[in-house]
Amino acid sequence: MTPTPAITLTDTIVAYRRLPAVHHVSGRFEAGSLTAIAGPNGAGKSTLLKAIMGLLPLSEGRIDTQGVTPRRFAYLPQVPEIDRTFPLSVLQTVLFGAWPRAGAFGAVSKVDRECALACIANVGLSGYEHAPIAALSTGQWHRVLFARLILQDARVILLDEPFAALDERTTEELMTLVHGWHKEGRSVIAVLHDIALIRKHLPVTLLIARELVAWGPTQEALSDANLERAKAMTDRWARDAGGPRQRRHDHAGHAHA
Amino acid sequence: MSALYDFLAAPFADFAFMRRALVACLALSLGAGPIGVFLVLRRMSLMGDAISHAVLPGVAVGYLISGLSLWAMSIGGVAAGLIVALLAGLTSRATGLKEDASLAGFYLTSLALGVLIVSAAGSSVDLLHILFGSILAVDDQGLIFVAGVATFTMLTLAAIFRPLVLECFDPVFARAVGAGGGWVHAVFLGLVVLNLVAAFQALGTLMAVGLMMLPALAARFWSEDIAGIVAVATAFAVAASVVGLLVSFHAEIASGPAIVLTAATLYVVSILAGSRSGLLARWLRRPHYHEPQEAKR
Repeated sequence: MTPTPAITLTDTIVAYRRLPAVHHVSGRFEAGSLTAIAGPNGAGKSTLLKAIMGLLPLSEGRIDTQGVTPRRFAYLPQVPEIDRTFPLSVLQTVLFGAWPRAGAFGAVSKVDRECALACIANVGLSGYEHAPIAALSTGQWHRVLFARLILQDARVILLDEPFAALDERTTEELMTLVHGWHKEGRSVIAVLHDIALIRKHLPVTLLIARELVAWGPTQEALSDANLERAKAMTDRWARDAGGPRQRRHDHAGHAHA
Repeated sequence: MSALYDFLAAPFADFAFMRRALVACLALSLGAGPIGVFLVLRRMSLMGDAISHAVLPGVAVGYLISGLSLWAMSIGGVAAGLIVALLAGLTSRATGLKEDASLAGFYLTSLALGVLIVSAAGSSVDLLHILFGSILAVDDQGLIFVAGVATFTMLTLAAIFRPLVLECFDPVFARAVGAGGGWVHAVFLGLVVLNLVAAFQALGTLMAVGLMMLPALAARFWSEDIAGIVAVATAFAVAASVVGLLVSFHAEIASGPAIVLTAATLYVVSILAGSRSGLLARWLRRPHYHEPQEAKR
């Protein structure tokens, strides 16, 4: 099995139409770390994940993945981008997780098929293997996506709001899987907006508001002062319609509404 | 018994042009049926229509250069269709304009050019021939072309099936695992163009889309599995071809519309009676999936 790579960001800038969504971010996701990415809406959380996956070009800076191509990473995007009325069964959907081994033309091995069934059982969907995905509830659908992630067997797993719209029980069960991956030495990076959930489950947090606010042990990164700072930076974009083209200015002297 | 024979078999047994028409339509069905399914799944149902209009100037130029020559018109049509599809794709990639929007811009331009060329150089009879085709005038060369396109289409679809399904279903995942994007889409668009051009001389550019899309749309009411949908769509296209040709022969009406209207009948029947989310099935009791015990914990 390939070792888990560390992911190092060096002065990373990602811009949409010349407006930076991620601005001068540097730091390192250690190999085998379990990191939350937190921040207000529009802070560049999803953008950062896409940049790590190589799905968005960097405007400046570098992302070093120690020679492991991001195609070997597993990535769960925010869900609405998938067509859930598509005529596939649960098993067929999960089996796409075997892509790194089967590819576009190779046969799906018996081992992968057995693994896929085990993954489906693992997320609590036994009995649904041949159900069409259109028949699933939102919670069941997320479990299918997690089963596909497990089958991908990636050393680095990126999750973008994986628990949005899920009830507490489903979240807890899927969180157990995440902890399992962490124990196996995989790196997990999850964009989450639920601060309480992060404090409870994730040891490391990257707090971002376009620029890096804090990156470290969750208790320190999510300190009141840091959260306040992130909020202040957000308020600034809301006020300056031009956004982050403005130079940084000093906030010490004035209060925010 | 002999009445049945007279109705079903005699037209094909007695007339060579009917046999040719039958073979041509069956071959078209084998290629166009599955292509239509993927157009529906990609939410590009109207794209076939756009491309079928876009091939017109190429066909017209081919006609101007060498008359009603199948090869000249086909090559021209394929070239025009590919150019329009390619320009639309490149434009949307370079500018962020939605692909259907940029395609609309280019196909309308192409269509106007085609009508201009035809009306400047030919008579209106020629335009009608190109727009509506005539299955009953398919010659041996035409048969070879149609059969060749059908064979190529099926082999290519079989080869790119998995990436094509993934591209339609979950394009972000496809890109993330590097299954992606560009070449699968390009090959598929090439197949769309090729099948529409193969169909144009038999059914006409306007009717060709009907044989492609209607069976595919109808098939979604009968299966929830992608392989099943492809099979049903192909079977419907074949059925529409046979029944449409017979109706056209006995009622002495144009073959292209007869085939497409037969497919349309299958579509309407499927909306009503389809086993999957057809209207009747919604009113009747259906079996449903039970929560298995082990999933409850």
